[in-house]
Amino acid sequence: MGAKFPSQAWADAMKESVNSSESYAVAAKNWEGDFYFVVSDSDDLIYMDLWHGQCRDAVYTTDPAFKDPEFKISAKYDQWVKVLQGKLDPIQGMMTRQLKLDGNLIKIMQNVKAAQELVGCATNVDTEF
Amino acid sequence: MWFFSSPHIIFGEDALDHLDELPGQRAFVVTDPVLDRLGFTERIGRHLAAAGMDVQVFAQVEPDPSIQTVRRGVEEMAAYQPDWIVGLGGGSSMDAAKGMWALYERPDLEPEEISPVFDLNICKSRMVAIPTTSGTGSEATMYVVLSDPKQKCKISVGNRELIPTLALVDPSLSSQLPPRITADTGLDALTHAIEAYAANFHNDYSDALALKASQLVFDYLPRAYEQGAADREAREKMANAATLGGLAFGNSFVGMAHALGHSFGSYFHIPHGRAVALFLPYVIKYTVNGGVHRYGPLARSLRLTDSQDETTGACLLIDALRNLERRLGQPTAIADMDISAVEFEESLEILCAHALADSSILAAPRMPAGDELARLFLYAFEGKEIDF
Repeated sequence: MGAKFPSQAWADAMKESVNSSESYAVAAKNWEGDFYFVVSDSDDLIYMDLWHGQCRDAVYTTDPAFKDPEFKISAKYDQWVKVLQGKLDPIQGMMTRQLKLDGNLIKIMQNVKAAQELVGCATNVDTEF
Repeated sequence: MWFFSSPHIIFGEDALDHLDELPGQRAFVVTDPVLDRLGFTERIGRHLAAAGMDVQVFAQVEPDPSIQTVRRGVEEMAAYQPDWIVGLGGGSSMDAAKGMWALYERPDLEPEEISPVFDLNICKSRMVAIPTTSGTGSEATMYVVLSDPKQKCKISVGNRELIPTLALVDPSLSSQLPPRITADTGLDALTHAIEAYAANFHNDYSDALALKASQLVFDYLPRAYEQGAADREAREKMANAATLGGLAFGNSFVGMAHALGHSFGSYFHIPHGRAVALFLPYVIKYTVNGGVHRYGPLARSLRLTDSQDETTGACLLIDALRNLERRLGQPTAIADMDISAVEFEESLEILCAHALADSSILAAPRMPAGDELARLFLYAFEGKEIDF
C-alpha cells in the first residue's frame, strides 16, 4: 500500500527516494535550497530541505510558520497529482502559473537536471491519491 | 495547458510605412553604431517624425549586449520617458531594447530577476521590434539574452509581457546583409525551428510554424547567401522564416544546441547563429541515440525521405544540415575555427558548467548525464560522429 499524498508518510518516502537516487545526487550536487510544496486548496504543506544532492529533512505540516524556506511552490491538489504522476512538467507548470512560485525561478532553471531528477524521485514514490 | 503568444506582425516591403501611423509622443530607438552610421536610424526616424513623434536614439548596443549596456540605456530612457521603445537591428539590439523596456517599466528589478512567473505590469510604453537581419526571431519572442562579460556567460530571461507590441518585418532592411552574416543568421533561424519542433514543450501551434520556417530556410537561404540583394524573393522568404522560427521557439522552446552554443559562443566570441548551428547536428545525433525524438516528421516535411523509419529520417536531416553548412562556408567542427585544442580543453569545465546552467536546456528531449556534456563538446571539437 502506498503513502497517502500529502502526509508525513509520503514525506518520509520522498526523502528516502531522494536519498537513494544516485542520479539526483549527481545532478543536484551544487544545489542548496529548501522548499514548501503548498497544496493551495487545503492547509497541507510539505517542507523539504535539499542540500548538495541529499534531502536533509522532509516534514508534512499544516503550519505555514513551521519554516521560512527559500522557495514556495503552490498548486491545487489536482495539479500536484499531475506533477507526481509525471503528467505536468513542473517548469512548464510554473511558466503557465498552474504552479505558483515564490522564489527565484532562474535559480531553478539553472538546475533543471536536478529539478527533473527530483520529479523522477517523486514519481518513484508509491503514492496513494 | 500552454499559451500561444505573438506580436502584431506587419511584414513585406514597405512594412516600415506602418510607423507613420503610430500614435505616440516620444520614441526611444535602441540600435547599434553600425546601423546608425549606415543611415538605418535616420530612415526609421523619418517615419516616426511622420507620426508626429520626437525621437531619441541610443546607438551603443554591442554584439552580445551586456547588462551594463542595458543599464545605460535604461538611465537615458528614464530621463526621456518614451511611450514607444523601438528595437532596431539584429538580436543584440532587439534583446537590449527588451531588457531596457523591462527595467524602464520595473526599475525595482535586476535583469536576472525578469521571469515569466509574475506580472511585470507594463503600462508606460509599448515596443516595436524591427529586425535588420533574418535569423534571431527576437522580434517575436519574450526572451532577452544578455551577456555578463565578467563571467564570460550569457543569461536568458523572459516574460510574456516582453513580446513586442509590433514586429515590422520589412525585407528591404536585410537585403544588403553580407554573405557571412546572411549565413550565420539564417542558420540561427533554422536552429530555432528545428529545436522548437524537437523540444519537450512542442505543440501543434509551434509545430506548424517550425515546419514552415525550416522549409523556407532550406529552400531560400542558399539563394540569399549566393545572390544577396539581387534575389529579393529569397530575402523576403528568409525574413519571414526568421520571424516564423521566432514564433516557433517562442511558443515551444529551444534545446541543447542553444545551451552549448550560448556557452561556447560567449566564451570564444563566436557569432550566435554560427555557434548554435555548429552544435545542432551533434545534438540531433545525441538525441537520436537516446531513442526518443521526433526528427522523422521534420525530415519527411522537408522532402528528405518518404521513409517512416524515424532514425533514417533523423540521419538524413543531419546530412542535409551538414550539406547546407558546407554550401554556406560554415564550420562543421570547432577545430575549423582557429581555436587550439589546448585552449579548448582548458575551457571545457567552464563551458560545461555554463551550458548546464543555461535555461535553453530545460526542454531538451534528451538531458545529458554524467560526462556526456563534456563529450559532446569534445566530439564537436574534433568533428567526430556522436556514438553515445
